[in-house]
Formats: sequence, C-alpha cells, structure tokens
Amino acid sequence: MAKEILGTTWTVYDADTLTQAEIYGKVLTELGEKHKDIVALTADLAKSTKIGKFNEVFPERFFNVGIAEQNLFGVAAGMAKAGLLPVVSTMATFASMRAAEQVRTDICYQNLNVKIIATHAGVSFGAAGSTHHCLEDLSIMRAFPNMTVIVPADGIETANAVKAAIEEHKGPVYIRIGRGFEPPYYKNDDYGFEIGKAVKLREGTDITIIATGVTVLQAVEAADFLKENDGISVEVINMHTIKPIDRQAVLDAVNNSRRILTVEEHNIM
Amino acid sequence: MALTDSELKNLKEKAAQLRKDIIDVTFWAGGAHIGGALSMVEIITILYYKYMKIDPENPDWEERDRFVLSKGHAGVGLAPMLANVGFFDKEILKTFNKFNSPFGMHLDSLKVRGLDASTGSLGHGLSMALGMALAARVKNLNYKTYCLLGDGELNEGSNWEAMMAASHYKTTNLIPIVDYNKHMIDGRVEEVMSLEPLDKKWEAFGFEVLKVDGHNFIELDKALEKAVSAVEKPVVIIANTIKGKGVDFMEDETKWHYGSIDSIAWEKAKASVKVDL
Ligand SMILES: Cc1ncc(C[n+]2csc(CCOP(=O)(O)OP(=O)(O)O)c2C)c(N)n1
Repeated sequence: MAKEILGTTWTVYDADTLTQAEIYGKVLTELGEKHKDIVALTADLAKSTKIGKFNEVFPERFFNVGIAEQNLFGVAAGMAKAGLLPVVSTMATFASMRAAEQVRTDICYQNLNVKIIATHAGVSFGAAGSTHHCLEDLSIMRAFPNMTVIVPADGIETANAVKAAIEEHKGPVYIRIGRGFEPPYYKNDDYGFEIGKAVKLREGTDITIIATGVTVLQAVEAADFLKENDGISVEVINMHTIKPIDRQAVLDAVNNSRRILTVEEHNIM
Repeated sequence: MALTDSELKNLKEKAAQLRKDIIDVTFWAGGAHIGGALSMVEIITILYYKYMKIDPENPDWEERDRFVLSKGHAGVGLAPMLANVGFFDKEILKTFNKFNSPFGMHLDSLKVRGLDASTGSLGHGLSMALGMALAARVKNLNYKTYCLLGDGELNEGSNWEAMMAASHYKTTNLIPIVDYNKHMIDGRVEEVMSLEPLDKKWEAFGFEVLKVDGHNFIELDKALEKAVSAVEKPVVIIANTIKGKGVDFMEDETKWHYGSIDSIAWEKAKASVKVDL
C-alpha cells in the first residue's frame, strides 16, 4: 500500500521502507526542534509546497508573506542577516525568476544562510501549462556566486539534501524538486549523501549516463534495459549537486567509458 | 526625552562635519551621489548619535539597532558616518570608488564594517529591514531596525509588498523613513512618476504617518520618539528634505543627483556648509 509521506516541501507517495514519522520526524521536527533558529517562509504556497507543515508545529517561526516573492526573499535575507536560518519555499519558476534579483543580490552576494526549496520544477506540473513549467532555474541559480544547487532524485534524497543543506553547509542553497508524484529511486537514506559528491548507481564500461533529479530513475531503468536486451554496459551517475559539480566523478567517467550522456529536466541551450 | 540645547548644538555640529566629509569623499572619489547624501544628513546624524544602540568595537553585536540604507546610492553619506562613529578610520575613504578599495559607490556589507546590509538595487532595503525586524521578534530581542528610503525609490513595487507585510505583522520595531527630497534621476518626482498623496498611500498600507522637516532636529526627534514607542501599528516618518541641502549651488537641483567637483568647487562647497541652516 502506498502511503503518503509529507515532508517540509515535498510528498512521497511510496516509501514503504520509511514511515511517515521517520521522514517527517527526521527532517522537519528534528531539524526544527534541534535548530531553534530555523524559520520557514512562503508566499501563499504553504499548502502546495508543504512548507506549511512546519507551521503546524512551529507557528511562531512560520511566515506567509502573501503573494509577494520579491519581499519573500528580501525578508529571508534580512532574517539571515540577523542570525536566523530561513528555509523558503515557493514554486521554482517564481523563486528563480520573479525574485531572481533578491536571491542574487540580497542572499547570494551577501553570502547568507538561506535555504530555498523550490517546488514544481521542470515540467512536474505539466498540466498547469507553461507559466508553471520551470526549465531555466538551474542555469539561473548556478550563475549566482556562493549558491549551491542541488537537484534530488526523489523524496528520500530531498530529505537528505535538506538535512545536509541545513546542518552541513553554511551559505545559500537552492534545492530543486518536483511535485512529489515522482516515483522514488532510493529505498533508504543511508547511501552516503554528501553535497558536491556524485553517487554511482550502476557500474558500466560502454557509456556513462550522468543524470540529475527525476531523470535518475529513468537513467537506471534505461541502463538495466540496455544491459538485458542489448548487452550494453552502462554506468549511471546521480549528479545530485549541480553546483559545485563533482569534477572528479566526471573525469573518472570520461576515463572509464569515454562516452557521456547527460540527462536532465532542463533547458540546455 | 526632548533634545537639550547642548545636544542640539552637538547634533548640528556633527551634521555640518558630515556634510564636509561627504564633500571630501565626493572630491576624492571623482564623483558620487552627493545630492541624496546631503539630503539625509540630519536623519542619519540623529539616528547614529542619539537613537541607535551600536557598539563600534563589536559591529556584530546581536542586540544592536540596525540601519538599512535602502537608497544605497547614498553610500557616500553613510560611509563617513560609519567612520565618524568609530567603525573605521576616515582616511580609508580616500580610496572610495577606487580600484581595489573595499568602498564602492554602493556599500557592501561583506566589506564595510558596521554596515548592516548591502544595498544599491532600489526597492530591496525595506524587505531586508522587515526581515531583521521579524527576526528580533523570533529571537526575543529588543532592537529596532531603521530603513531609509528614497522618494523615487518608492516607485518600485517591492516596497509596497514590504509595507503590506509590515503592517500585517505589526512590526512596530521597524521604522521606515522617507527622504522626501522631491527629485530622482530624470527630474522631479511629481513629473517623472507622481507619488502624491504619499501620506495617504502609507496610511492605506497600515502605517501611522508622521511628517516632519527632515533638516530640523527637533522635529525629527519628536517623530522618532513617537516611532520607537509605537505599539499599535508601525510608524513611517516622511521627512521633507531638500536634495543637495547645505551646499548652496546644489540645493534643489536635479543635476546634483550624481556629480563630481573640482578643487575650486570643492572649496566653494565646503565654505557654504553652515552649522545653523
Ligand atoms: C532597481 C534600480 N533601478 C535603477 C537604479 C538607478 N538609480 C540610482 S539612484 C536613482 C534615483 C533614486 O531616486 P531617489 O530614490 O529619490 O533617491 P535620492 O533622490 O534620495 O537620491 C536611480 C533610478 C537603481 N539603483 N536601482
């Protein structure tokens, strides 16, 4: 039976190996409980981004600024400047474009400890139409100085990324996720997630697929299919951190298979 | 407490000194946003010398009052003020605008001691100041956050987002002040993009509005006294000022928004600065 698991800003619909209490308790309550300086902010997307869950436990540390993304990120910058640890959620298209300058100038240039968890990225909200698609955010965000950009493969990796962003990294982080309907790849979270360190999911020698985000599962499925049906040996790398990119992992792949295919849910032009 | 005669005299002297410093830095820098720096002199003088709790020995002191210069181009006015209250030696301002200097025209909080926020892109400061004010609430601290806005700057929509949120959250610990000098780059505010009735606009966004002569310390003091003790709703101070104030040939002239001065103009400008305006 698929269970619905609610995190701060994502929903996992099938994670039989992890209970709701485990993800929820681990990432949200644990972090919020442990770090009293965490505040959560959104712009009328508390429900859609699931950051509203934080509000149920810590209402005095939750701020919904209304549909005003420029103010949202400016306020987060001010809070971080005053020593708080703001976690901000809105849809990727609004975080990366409507408020791009606030993110760049107020947060990144001042190197502030703000964590942005941007949802509905790529075409995960395809049905909503092009205004809600977001195929530009990674290029925009990775160009900002001091910004770390993470694209988790699924809910479990999102949990890992959020935790690492808050506990192991000081400075701005952009975590880009979908809508929560993505099928999970990971069964559990103890595979050694580390910001900036790619994860090898399949060994192979003919070609390397470097995937990020929701395309990771598809890359693995393709590798397994090719192996079974065509005898092609495909290496698969989960490049969950886009910036800083794991150069060594890319160089090793070049050395190993000499052919690289990258797969991402994003514009490359 | 109302200003005593000696406090008033002291503030006036400090303001005159700051004006001379602004003229010096503009001269050294080869040009600066002098008009809007001169119009805010009394406002920042009374803030830094009477109202703000700061510790130049400990610029990151958690309980300090904050100041966000949302009209960041007026950095040429704030930089000498920060030097005068002891954050750094004024000599370094000879490098203002120069290659490799920590001081660009728009001040950078990672490089300038005592600066609470980097600004320069108009329309960002009030949101950041609001964030600082909300942080005080979360952390149970008593500090105030002051934010100085330009009148032209108020064209930016983000300010109105921040105002709406400030009155929603009733952040009485946030005190916006408008340097209402009636000029922007391309002309007079009312010609380029009219703001009037400005007081009604702030009121409609939930603020109590206090209008003062922004060059009169007694009026500024009364308004600030009221603003710092607000409990019901946040107070905005609309300070009527004169762009270029204190330098006779710059007063109320759009063209002195940004300007450079040669050594003759430098002497003339300094000579025209008076303690009693
Ligand atoms: C977002 C943004 N747009 C344009 C500018 C360029 N600019 C610098 S100062 C200025 C005029 C500001 O006028 P006002 O706020 O009235 O300032 P003051 O007259 O007090 O100097 C402009 C348009 C800018 N710094 N930021």
